[in-house]
Amino acid sequence: LNAPLPATVDWPLAVHQVLSRLGFGVVGFVPDAGHKRLIELCQADARMRTVVLSTEEEGVGLASGAWLGGAKTVLLMQSSGIGNIVNALATARECRIPLLILVTMRGEFGEFNPWQVPMGQATPEVLRAMGVTVQAATAAADVAERVDAAARIAFGGYASAAVLISQRVIGIKSFQEQAAR
Amino acid sequence: MSALRRREVVAALLAQRGDLLVVAGLGSTAWDCTAAGDHPLTFPLWGGMGLAAVMGLGLALAQPARRVLVVTGDGEMLMGLGSLATIGVERPANLSVVVIDNERYGETGMQKTHTAHGVDLAAMARAAGFASSVLLRDASGIEALRQAVHGAPGPHFAQIKVAPEKESVVLPPREGTLLKNRFREALLGKSAHLQ
Repeated sequence: LNAPLPATVDWPLAVHQVLSRLGFGVVGFVPDAGHKRLIELCQADARMRTVVLSTEEEGVGLASGAWLGGAKTVLLMQSSGIGNIVNALATARECRIPLLILVTMRGEFGEFNPWQVPMGQATPEVLRAMGVTVQAATAAADVAERVDAAARIAFGGYASAAVLISQRVIGIKSFQEQAAR
Repeated sequence: MSALRRREVVAALLAQRGDLLVVAGLGSTAWDCTAAGDHPLTFPLWGGMGLAAVMGLGLALAQPARRVLVVTGDGEMLMGLGSLATIGVERPANLSVVVIDNERYGETGMQKTHTAHGVDLAAMARAAGFASSVLLRDASGIEALRQAVHGAPGPHFAQIKVAPEKESVVLPPREGTLLKNRFREALLGKSAHLQ
């Protein structure tokens, strides 16, 4: 009871271990500051092919083609990117192509940039409207477990599943604070 | 205006296809590929406009020992121009993207696309880093392209100007799960369904 939490949980390392154990061979990403360490861990893993995308929508096509060829893909993006993939999600759903999407949130918890808020707030509803199962990770210690659970829903059930990683976990970006330094 | 007929071009590209893996962009190119012979190792899209080339990329990365051909239209390719850049970064040697360019949105009333106004997709692909990129206006380059699809290190890109004619609609099966499962079983065997 009231046991002190570890000062920091290295959630990207724990997520990489889950992805590795479950055999993800392709990692498609549009960079986000919150995904920086996980992207680097995947790039350093010789068993994962990382693909930088010019827009998130490409990731759904990439994952669909890879699945036709027998490879498992995970997609990394920020919540703004969910706005870019809506029609592509329809194709994955019609074909029941398994999709695992790890979303770092903006506009959700202490956001300083108001332009990020509308898409961040709409993200869970937009995903659910397209039939994507949504898991929220609001604490660093929970992220890897959520990713494991979402991956099982996606690949066990030929479905789309997303994990929304809260700004509470990844930290709140503030360009104003950075500019003041 | 090109005198090439799209059905003849696609049939020539798919001749002696062997174990070639094919992704067909939605609309006319899906009907063209079906007219050349419905095949379990052709994945015809009925939606996902703009995704055909990058689906080919995913397939090419997953199956590096197989050759992959994307056949799509100019309107479909224009919606996914960023994927040319993404393919240019990954440079899969086993991937070819062929655009059947009638300079029209064929399914919606034959409105002119950007290529009718001079947008040069082959130059874009070359600038993005494709190993080869050609613009064909007559039949003389088709057989060399077919051979490159099967052999030479890519990624290859070709933009083939064809006549803006409406062909008969030859439909592949339309259920997504059927198309997916028959493709995966033909490529990966029955064990695909246990993955």
